[in-house]
Amino acid sequence: MNTSPLKPGFLIPAAILLLAVVAPLLSENRYLHHLMIMACVWGIAATALNLVMGYAGQVNLAHGAFFGIGAYTSGLLMLKLGIGFWIALPLACLAAALFGLLIGMPSLRTKGAYFAIGTLCFNVIVTVIIDRWENLTEGQRGLLGIPPPSAIPLPFGLTVRFDNNMVATYYLFLIMLLLTLFVTRRIVISLMGKDFRAVKGNEELAASIGINPFRTKLIAFVTSTFFAGLAGGLYASYIGFLSPDISDFHVTFEVLIQVMFGGIGTMAGPIIGATILPVISETLHALAAYRMVAYGIMLIVVIIFLPTGIMGGLKILWARCITRK
Amino acid sequence: MDLFLQQVINGIMVGSVYSLVALGLTIIYGILGVPNFAHGSLYMLGAYFSFLLVTAGGVNYWLAILISMAALTVIGMVIERIVFRPLVNAPHLNSFIAAIGLIYVIDNVALIVWGPDFKRFPPLYDQLYHFLGVTITLHRIIIVVTAVVLIVLLELFIKKTTIGSAIEATAQDRVGARLSGINVTRVDMWTLGLGTSLAAAAGALIGPILLVYPAMGGAVTLKAFVIIILGGMGSIPGAILGGFILGLIESIGGAYLTTNYHEVLAFGLLVTVLAIKPTGLFGKAH
Repeated sequence: MNTSPLKPGFLIPAAILLLAVVAPLLSENRYLHHLMIMACVWGIAATALNLVMGYAGQVNLAHGAFFGIGAYTSGLLMLKLGIGFWIALPLACLAAALFGLLIGMPSLRTKGAYFAIGTLCFNVIVTVIIDRWENLTEGQRGLLGIPPPSAIPLPFGLTVRFDNNMVATYYLFLIMLLLTLFVTRRIVISLMGKDFRAVKGNEELAASIGINPFRTKLIAFVTSTFFAGLAGGLYASYIGFLSPDISDFHVTFEVLIQVMFGGIGTMAGPIIGATILPVISETLHALAAYRMVAYGIMLIVVIIFLPTGIMGGLKILWARCITRK
Repeated sequence: MDLFLQQVINGIMVGSVYSLVALGLTIIYGILGVPNFAHGSLYMLGAYFSFLLVTAGGVNYWLAILISMAALTVIGMVIERIVFRPLVNAPHLNSFIAAIGLIYVIDNVALIVWGPDFKRFPPLYDQLYHFLGVTITLHRIIIVVTAVVLIVLLELFIKKTTIGSAIEATAQDRVGARLSGINVTRVDMWTLGLGTSLAAAAGALIGPILLVYPAMGGAVTLKAFVIIILGGMGSIPGAILGGFILGLIESIGGAYLTTNYHEVLAFGLLVTVLAIKPTGLFGKAH
């Protein structure tokens, strides 16, 4: 699964990157820009989840909680302590990673469904605490007026401003997404990445050849939560409003579905899922109340007929093309 | 002391319902290996069916419970055939995602058909009994007794019937069962029907005490998972005991420890248990 015969080289990624860079300049449509910004946010979150789930094989169902912890940390630091975005954002990532470490230590000793449900329970706990700790989080009223990223001064008296500037925001988020992809890819192709896959394949076997499964899983998990925090922090500053819903396990499911839909265990899959699924979800608005029913049916159909997601489907097509030649 | 006793009795009542839901979930997991995340949605359907039969159909409450159990057995079998059977050889994560898809479908169909508002059963068996300073309604007694009867019937069904033996054999060794001529696919179908009917019974029993609404299954699903992990995945005694333990902890803990955060007791308990014993209370290392 991991060593795919498919190597379309750098051409396809390069073309997609070029498209991602020029796309906002081709259209003035704010809604399109919004979708692209959100694709970056979900892209980061989905890439992070894919690292721990697709490569290290741990079904972490607390991803939304870490997204929410990142979002609330950055939002609270900015609103209550007046800390600037560029300090608050890394602190949000670190806070999420710290919780990742604290939760990962006990929960990664469990396996399979136990780990999945254990993390899901942690997700519920986080949401309830955010909801009830009104002195800190404002509870259901939510956090209002989270500032956008502060302006970056450039030489010659120029500045890049992010308030009401969706194109600049998009480029900032795109850079963060590329950073996430870069780090994830470095990890995946490193020796550590090989350890991830060994642990995913068979923990006992991995341990017998000298890999420490617990340590390996913990590294994957903490890295994943760090980037979940990044996605959350960016989201908080872009949307400007947070409520407990943003840490809900529905967020976990949404990101999980994006990963599965695009293709788990591939670099491109989570990005594809994070870009396409929100668009599908929006398009289905025309169906009004039947929207979520259609969404559910679509999920079931995709998982039955295309269990490896869009990337899996593309790989099959590609393999057929090659054998025909 | 009165408060304590009252909470113990409430805990047993809630616990018996939790046990029923968790039993269904655990036998489905034991046979199909599928974490059926849509279990709570089927519990919700069970509650709605019995509610409609009682209010709109004027059907006797007990008959309504039986009809909803039968209807949900069929729905469970259909779900096995359409959704889970094609995924039988796929990773469990895929069945899990399919189950999430099922939640979207079932909960939103319920929302479209019955609307978002809370439905209340007409008063049933609400005579009050007082003893030792504790007050209890007849319906709560009925819930516990019925749940226990259903648990015993399930045990008899598995031990005494041919289908039951086939289910037990498949749970122990799927390949061996197939080799000895058991139609494992049919066992899967029966198990999903059986497990779902237990969820329906639980929904129909607790419906008159709580309110009936489309999203009522979510929290129950999570708690049922907590229970079967506490009790060991696939373990029937584990699910029964785990259900009562969780009911009691929620009820007593909710009264004495924290009212504001009482929903997290169950999940905190689970995270703690897993931290100490990663395979659950009765689970074997594997």
